[in-house]
Amino acid sequence: MKRERAINAAVVLAMLVVPLWAWMADEPFILTLATKVAILALAGVGLNIALGLGGLVSFGHAAFFGIGGYAMGILASHVQSYTPLMEWPLLIEGSKSMPVIWVVAMMASGLAALVIGALSLRTSGVYFIMITLAFGQMLYYFAISWSAYGGEDGLSIYVRNGFPGLNTLDPVQFLLLCYAVLGVVLFGAARLARSPFGLALSAARQSAARVETVGIAPYRVRLVAFAISGAVTGLAGALYADLNRFVSPTMFSWHTSGEIMVFVILGGVARLFGPVAGAALYILLEHLLGGVSDYWQIWLGLLLLAVVLFARGGLIGTLAGREVAHD
Amino acid sequence: MTILLFVEQVLNGLQFGVMLFLMAAGLTLVFGVMGLINLAHGSLYMVGAFAAAAVAGWTGSFGLALIAALAAAAAAGALIELVVIRRLYARDHLDQVLATFALILILSEGTRWVFGSFPLYLDVPVYLSGPVTLPGGIQYPLYRLAIIAVGLAVAAALFALIAKTRLGIQIRAGEADREMIAALGVDISKLYTAVFALGAALAGLAGALVGAIQSVQVGMGEPVLILAFVVVVIGGIGSIKGAFVGALLVGMTDTLGGVLLPQVFGLVMAPSEAAALGASLSSMSIYILMAAVLVVRPSGLFGAAA
Repeated sequence: MKRERAINAAVVLAMLVVPLWAWMADEPFILTLATKVAILALAGVGLNIALGLGGLVSFGHAAFFGIGGYAMGILASHVQSYTPLMEWPLLIEGSKSMPVIWVVAMMASGLAALVIGALSLRTSGVYFIMITLAFGQMLYYFAISWSAYGGEDGLSIYVRNGFPGLNTLDPVQFLLLCYAVLGVVLFGAARLARSPFGLALSAARQSAARVETVGIAPYRVRLVAFAISGAVTGLAGALYADLNRFVSPTMFSWHTSGEIMVFVILGGVARLFGPVAGAALYILLEHLLGGVSDYWQIWLGLLLLAVVLFARGGLIGTLAGREVAHD
Repeated sequence: MTILLFVEQVLNGLQFGVMLFLMAAGLTLVFGVMGLINLAHGSLYMVGAFAAAAVAGWTGSFGLALIAALAAAAAAGALIELVVIRRLYARDHLDQVLATFALILILSEGTRWVFGSFPLYLDVPVYLSGPVTLPGGIQYPLYRLAIIAVGLAVAAALFALIAKTRLGIQIRAGEADREMIAALGVDISKLYTAVFALGAALAGLAGALVGAIQSVQVGMGEPVLILAFVVVVIGGIGSIKGAFVGALLVGMTDTLGGVLLPQVFGLVMAPSEAAALGASLSSMSIYILMAAVLVVRPSGLFGAAA
């Protein structure tokens, strides 16, 4: 337990020191990479609620990531083109304000997770993996054919959305904003894991029948967890779209789902800082190996394979020992 | 829409469905017998297509190309099973998903390394090219008819293999009770390698056959893989019969949906809107079909109740 805490502290320290160095050495690209890590880690933290705590192997979290991204894209594109989002029955304007976009992104992706979860949670095991994958693909093809919002080409947003009191175009300020969001969500996730709800969710993963006998319906607990998980990943999607100032159907693709899952597993399933460590390692490898060889994905694949076969529990699990936190 | 066009589309749907069956059969066997979820199945499809294109390029013989596809995919499958997959049987599905996802990265990038990023082309052999006239005056490409015939023949052979041969008995017994057939003296690890290689060979054959219609390129297996998963899930995991029915259902829905839906919407709205809405709904239609099947029957059409 102590060791996991020390590793978490090391991860946080690295996440702070690297950008600080990049800022002083005037390396804006490294700052962008750190921002990307924070945002992708956020998506992983979202998935980890369903995957780690609830044992729900969702292969369709790209759906929520994409919905968050498109929430940002649609709201901002209407401001960009000076057209209202909707005129009837009531006038709704687009928005370039991050807090508004975040709320819309979380509500939309949370609601989608509620619907997808309500249908998918009727199944379990491989069927659950496959049906979540199918829902993700469904939205992927929908986004491709939705020509009003760019279709296959996606949507470009020329100016990054604003946050009251900050200049989000400054890489440092945007990085700190993303860190703040990640920090708040990590705190929330830690509280959630220890709350009666989180304990019920964990218990439902270990033994659904026992949870039922004490009067808790596993289906409902899992559904709420899935919705929360989707909403957090949706928030990450909105931020990711803002980082790139671009959304496209790729955000919905099953490769995205796979990558989010890889962050969680590379770092350590059900570990609070697992997705952060995993996303940092993934982006670091992408950056380092990408510089060495055009075929860096071979090496990434071999590494992943090694982690699955020999280092179960991911980075944090291997370093901190097999036991999962009891607190 | 004329009846001729409709028949042509039904044949296209049948051809697509038969190809999906070749993919899905391996997936469902591997899942049914070994309890393994294999994302890298699409990569074996790709390996088959590349082997066929390379051999056809050297020798100019389509028959040799098909044999090469079968052999290369089966060999790749056996190798993967021996080195990686057999360590995964006892693991949970999450580990299997991740490890086979890693295999996709390795195989795709490895193929790109060897063959480059440009697509290869596999030509339809002269004796199978050109259209034939079917009863009723329908012109239809001979090669696509040949694919349907090959697919149906392989399906029949597979059913016979499962129902009549010793290997088939062992496969069915393996699905029912793994420990028991091991206790009865069947070499279970050899059986697993054989089943995996068989599934891989079928995927490789599908890749080679389709490779002559489309271009042969890295990543070609992934869309097909997802569709094959949809097929397996609709049919019920582990059921060959389910895979066959599911494959035809998905093939027909995909092909006919793309043609019929825009026309149906065209009855009630402007043509351009109808085309856009029809196109988006038809590409989503198979996933809607799958979701609907799972909501009604959570373990697929022919799956054993979970």
